[in-house]
Amino acid sequence: MSDTSSVAYGSHASGRSYLVEGGRYSGILSWLLTTDHKRIAILYLISVLALYFVGITLGVLMRLELLTPGETIVKAQTYNAMFTLHGVIMIFLFVIPAVPAIFGNFCLPILIGAKDVAFPRINLMSWYLYIGGAMIAVIALFTGGGPPDTGWTFYAPYSLRTGTNVTLGVFAAFVLGFSSILTGLNFVTTIHRLRAPGMTWNRMPLFVWATYATAWVQVLATPIIGITLLLVILERFFGVGIFDPTKGGDPILFQHLFWIYSHPAVYIMILPGMGVITEIIPVFARRTIFGYKAIAYSSVAIAALGSLVWGHHMFVSGQSYTANVIFSFITFLVAIPSAIKVFNWVATLYKGSILIAPPFLFALAFIFLFSIGGLTGLMQGALSVNVHIHDTYFVVGHFHYVMFGGTAFAFFAGLHYWYPKMFGRMYSQRTATLACTIMFIGFNVFYFTMLVLGLQGMPRRYYDFLPQFQMGHTIATVGSWILVTGLIIMFANLLMGLRKGERAAADPWGGKTLEWQIPSPPPHENFEEIPVIDRGAYDYD
Amino acid sequence: MDESHTTSESSAIHRDDVGSRIGMWLFLFTELILFGGLFLLYAVYRYLHPQEFHEAAKELNVVLGAANTLILLTSSFTMVMSISYLGEGEKKKSLLALGLTIALGLAFLVNKYFEWSAKFHHGLYPNSPELAGRGQGDNLFYGLYYSMTGLHGLHVLVGVVLLSVVLIYIVKDKVTPDNFIVLDNSGLYWHLVDIIWIYLFPLFYLIT
Amino acid sequence: MQHGQEHTLIKARTYTAVYGALLVLTVITIVVARMHLGRFSVLGALVIASIKAGLVLLWFMHLKYEKKIFFVMFVVAVAFLTIAIGLTFFDIAYR
Repeated sequence: MSDTSSVAYGSHASGRSYLVEGGRYSGILSWLLTTDHKRIAILYLISVLALYFVGITLGVLMRLELLTPGETIVKAQTYNAMFTLHGVIMIFLFVIPAVPAIFGNFCLPILIGAKDVAFPRINLMSWYLYIGGAMIAVIALFTGGGPPDTGWTFYAPYSLRTGTNVTLGVFAAFVLGFSSILTGLNFVTTIHRLRAPGMTWNRMPLFVWATYATAWVQVLATPIIGITLLLVILERFFGVGIFDPTKGGDPILFQHLFWIYSHPAVYIMILPGMGVITEIIPVFARRTIFGYKAIAYSSVAIAALGSLVWGHHMFVSGQSYTANVIFSFITFLVAIPSAIKVFNWVATLYKGSILIAPPFLFALAFIFLFSIGGLTGLMQGALSVNVHIHDTYFVVGHFHYVMFGGTAFAFFAGLHYWYPKMFGRMYSQRTATLACTIMFIGFNVFYFTMLVLGLQGMPRRYYDFLPQFQMGHTIATVGSWILVTGLIIMFANLLMGLRKGERAAADPWGGKTLEWQIPSPPPHENFEEIPVIDRGAYDYD
Repeated sequence: MDESHTTSESSAIHRDDVGSRIGMWLFLFTELILFGGLFLLYAVYRYLHPQEFHEAAKELNVVLGAANTLILLTSSFTMVMSISYLGEGEKKKSLLALGLTIALGLAFLVNKYFEWSAKFHHGLYPNSPELAGRGQGDNLFYGLYYSMTGLHGLHVLVGVVLLSVVLIYIVKDKVTPDNFIVLDNSGLYWHLVDIIWIYLFPLFYLIT
Repeated sequence: MQHGQEHTLIKARTYTAVYGALLVLTVITIVVARMHLGRFSVLGALVIASIKAGLVLLWFMHLKYEKKIFFVMFVVAVAFLTIAIGLTFFDIAYR
């Protein structure tokens, strides 16, 4: 079954590894000025992970602060800045770029049999915009009136009036949006123009489908946040009055515009993760994916329907009841394509000859955690329930199940799955399994407690809490320690593998998609000869 | 959805004009939606304050607005002519048409400058005491007027710079009759800026 | 399918005709605005503007001569914007 010796489309003799062969420049410049999609993926990997560590540190510190009522380690205003920064970093700098910018860049051209993306230089530029945005965000912390304290949502009118450095923080998000747009634009064009001969739409690996749907959302939705944030800046400089209620502006319109982007952005975050899981499941079940077309089209359906449900963030904002009902209804509809994916993954596992390995375990953890995230999302989609749990820890628990349990676990799954391909070495699978188990336990101890705390009435973003929530906060904080222990073990293991791991074969997992048919790590231009595709992506039968 | 255009186009350094144009169009969509957010705000505030918008729009100078419409439409025409000439190998005529386009773009900006100055002179600018003394609808109308025509003007300015660079490229034969995708794509950008104005003109100057 | 120089060189006459139509439509839209059609004036202005935009898109921007996928993509983008504005009005109009 596991045909590890199949190196059909390129021999090991074909060119040097991309890690060695850098193109025109040498040394550090061969990385900083590279246009190789694989090297850009590594640049993203390093920078995204660096910022992820900052985000985690902030998260852990916040949990520590909430271990006891009142002041534990920081002052209230610092806490406000911390949850704002935690949100901005995790959303704009980690979750949105993690899967598309790292695995999308690394794998997408290879998966469709191309030598690079359509616009390699724009690809590099989008990384520089990412770095620029990150730097502006950091500068925003230390200049002006201090770090922004609005939360990552920058809601008007508070964002128009607070003395903290919102202007620069908002500008950082604007620049990051630009980076995201360019990545999306590049991927759409690449998928339309650079598929290898015979790589028809219905032969594309499903990760490519997911990335394609995501890229469209990136292109179409991101400009809305761009203009909204620009208007906040204009408002702060010139007092135009468009969102300012004292001048006739409607702050609820800010929320509309914000969520017209930010809800689809949730799907920018989760769709590529789903794509990664769809790649992993058939490989470790040794079965052709069940319901190829259903999964492919459900990606498009999620992207389309996901663009129509933003109003469910605003059920208690004062928007009209008609809008509430309509947005609630469409919200339930999004559950259908999401459930189609879950059912197809499970159906693929049925009667498979399953290979238990770290990528697969992370994928299973994803399915479990994402399902909880999705179902708690449905609870909030119901108008009556939403009123009660709005702005409580239930919401915080829910979106951490989706973003962390979903996207981040999919990211870890992808990292463990493509790691041997990216670096040509293998990490310790035993340690990775241990890390995955600890993280899974810590995650649920942490965030399931948050769901319970929310139902009990603990409001989100509060610095202090009433004594009756003490037990929940203690459990959640302990959970965060377990979770972080797992994360540390996981990353340490991956780092160790870079130096001491054994050499990986071209196809260590027995995958059938194109990336497993070229050497590990891939040569500079991926393929010596562009492959000709004559069958579907998951040909296990 | 099956397209069979994929033959031998996958090399790292390759020329794919169709791909370049797809990329450009996708970029134009982002521009369209960037303005789209403002159009959304305009629609809502006009719906909420029909009478004030009606009155405020009367204050705008229709002649200046119409002149600018004429200028941009003409510049769009010279733009396509420039592309058409270059495709036929007529470099000089192409340069002339492109030069005209740039000049018209500048004329638009000059016109805009006078229009804005006049409004400032009457105390109609964001956060002005004059506007604060009026109704909220007026404030929103002028807020949107400055935001939208301002953002549009910025795009005209970017377009002028872009076209000037392409002009130099043509002079230096970096953009040639065999390879003028850069001119083509710049033209697309210029036309989009024109289309935005085609909507801005009636929405601010005419619907009274 | 060939690629590279596949630009259809359309006669200057077509462009001139389109340009002329755009100017005529501009005059029409100003005249219509002077007729004080009340609530239909917005609709009228938007319809004329859309015809003008359509002319620019199809001929000046060559959408008429491009592959069909360009047109499909354009429709998707416009549909996204239209639906976003439309759904917002379920809030604004029923508040």
